[in-house]
Amino acid sequence: MNSGMVNAERPSTEQPMVRAEQVCKNFGHNQVLRGIDLQVQPREVMCIIGPSGSGKSTFLRCINHLDKVSAGRLWVDGQLVGYREHGGKLHELRESEVAKQRRDIGMVFQRFNLFPHRTAAQNVMEAPVTVRGDSRAEARALAVELLERVGLGDKVDNYPSALSGGQQQRVAIARALAMRPKLMLFDEPTSALDPELVGEVLAVMRGLAEDGMTMIVVTHEMGFAREVGDSLVFMDGGVVVEAGKPRDVISNPAHQRTQTFLSNVL
Amino acid sequence: MTTETDPSPMPPASSAPTGAAPIKAVPVRHPGRWVSVVVLAVLAAQLVNAIFTNPRFNWPVVGQYMFSDVVLSGLRNTLMLTVLAMAIGAIGGLILAVMRLSPNPVLTSVAGGYIWFFRGTPVITQLVFWNFLASLFPTLGLGIPFGPEFVTFDTNQLIVQFTACLLGLGLNEAAYMAEIVRGGIKSVEHGQTEAASALGMSRTQALRRIVLPQAMRVIIPPTGNETISMLKTTSLVVVIGYFELQTAVQSIYSRNFQPVPLLIVAALWYLVLTSVLSVGQMYLERYYGRGAGRPGEEAVRRNWFEIARGLGRVVGRGGGGVR
Repeated sequence: MNSGMVNAERPSTEQPMVRAEQVCKNFGHNQVLRGIDLQVQPREVMCIIGPSGSGKSTFLRCINHLDKVSAGRLWVDGQLVGYREHGGKLHELRESEVAKQRRDIGMVFQRFNLFPHRTAAQNVMEAPVTVRGDSRAEARALAVELLERVGLGDKVDNYPSALSGGQQQRVAIARALAMRPKLMLFDEPTSALDPELVGEVLAVMRGLAEDGMTMIVVTHEMGFAREVGDSLVFMDGGVVVEAGKPRDVISNPAHQRTQTFLSNVL
Repeated sequence: MTTETDPSPMPPASSAPTGAAPIKAVPVRHPGRWVSVVVLAVLAAQLVNAIFTNPRFNWPVVGQYMFSDVVLSGLRNTLMLTVLAMAIGAIGGLILAVMRLSPNPVLTSVAGGYIWFFRGTPVITQLVFWNFLASLFPTLGLGIPFGPEFVTFDTNQLIVQFTACLLGLGLNEAAYMAEIVRGGIKSVEHGQTEAASALGMSRTQALRRIVLPQAMRVIIPPTGNETISMLKTTSLVVVIGYFELQTAVQSIYSRNFQPVPLLIVAALWYLVLTSVLSVGQMYLERYYGRGAGRPGEEAVRRNWFEIARGLGRVVGRGGGGVR
């Protein structure tokens, strides 16, 4: 495992946005993550690929504490996720403190998870109003701006049920951006989409990457990983099998398992 | 900035001009519907005739007591008890359901114990218990547990008959409503809570803003049932000597020996109240159904007014009416 070797050439003066050390996750006796070591630098786009059940989604969910890490440590922007280290002991954070940490981390789900009883604009406004306490007018202006940015300026007042899958996912991205996150997590954002709708979502994500957003993307879109990703991680069986520059990993995989996986998806 | 426009432009709206002419087909004929409407109409006419021409129904007595003071004050009590007991039931049920689903084991067990007890004992027993509270505990006080009391109340003054009715009906209803609300909350996909948490919302915020509004779609129909059932359950207050619509007419026919017309009076009033409630329920469902399915489609055909309208369509057009 060449853990921590990703982006070794980047200047190390900057604090990594995400740092994982020996992150493990068990569901009962089922060990899903078996010691993940990774670093994501600010403005880096990291793509994670791997067969289903390899633990890539679980790892992503650990980063914003939707799943609790069973062992190891995970930091986002220098802050330990979900715990406080005090007197050599770990203390669980209160619910409000966890919520506060999550505000800075946007997440986009495979199944969109838009709020169906709210229009596109109301979906985007929800967190700024309830969590950050913005005024409704402010939040509405922000929502319109963000929806225009994802190309949905004409769908502001539509309910999710009146939108296509690709449009829903773009609303979901706008909703995550509304909290002005410093890190965006994408959990297979295009896997539930019809093939012809994948492109519009990837285009929005590419734009985000160009704007310098730090992103971790669990995906099966090898083209996106190669062209937009700064680093590529191949996970299998709860460990990082291989990580490096996307082009190197894809065209020249070092491990047998990576080769087998890539030959199946490419 | 992402300035890319939508790479997959939407197809033009369906009204776009095309070469084909709109279809004007002869609709499928439904002769069976016509026959059944005729049969039903004859049967209904027969029934109405039999009821209204039968002197033993004693319709003048119905008219005489329909708006009498006793009946109207009974009606008022029925309404008051129903509305207030359902309010206690709904609010209490919501609190209990949230407690039962909370990660806090103390709250979960308290709610579980409450529901177990109040669903497990007859509502008549509970009514009588609240009414006789004074004989069990002549005074109620606030103070230090096992220590001095700061204020003491005479139970008989604190819990009058009306309060006993409300407590008996309302607290019992809360146990049933708790399970209805819990079912509604659990029907909302877990991804909704996760999406809310990922945005930094607290459990309470997610519940109030995201989960409950969606759960309402599932909560309202059985709540309508509960309300209508409560409307009639209020007649149980007779066991503690309080009175409402049913007991009002009973008191009248026990004196004039005209049970049939007076029961018709009560039945008509219950029908009126139930109809009003059903219309209210339809509007509530329409409100909470927003964003689900195609607009304006799911709320249709829910109450018996719609049946009438559907029937009208069968007769009027002979097709496309009742689905």
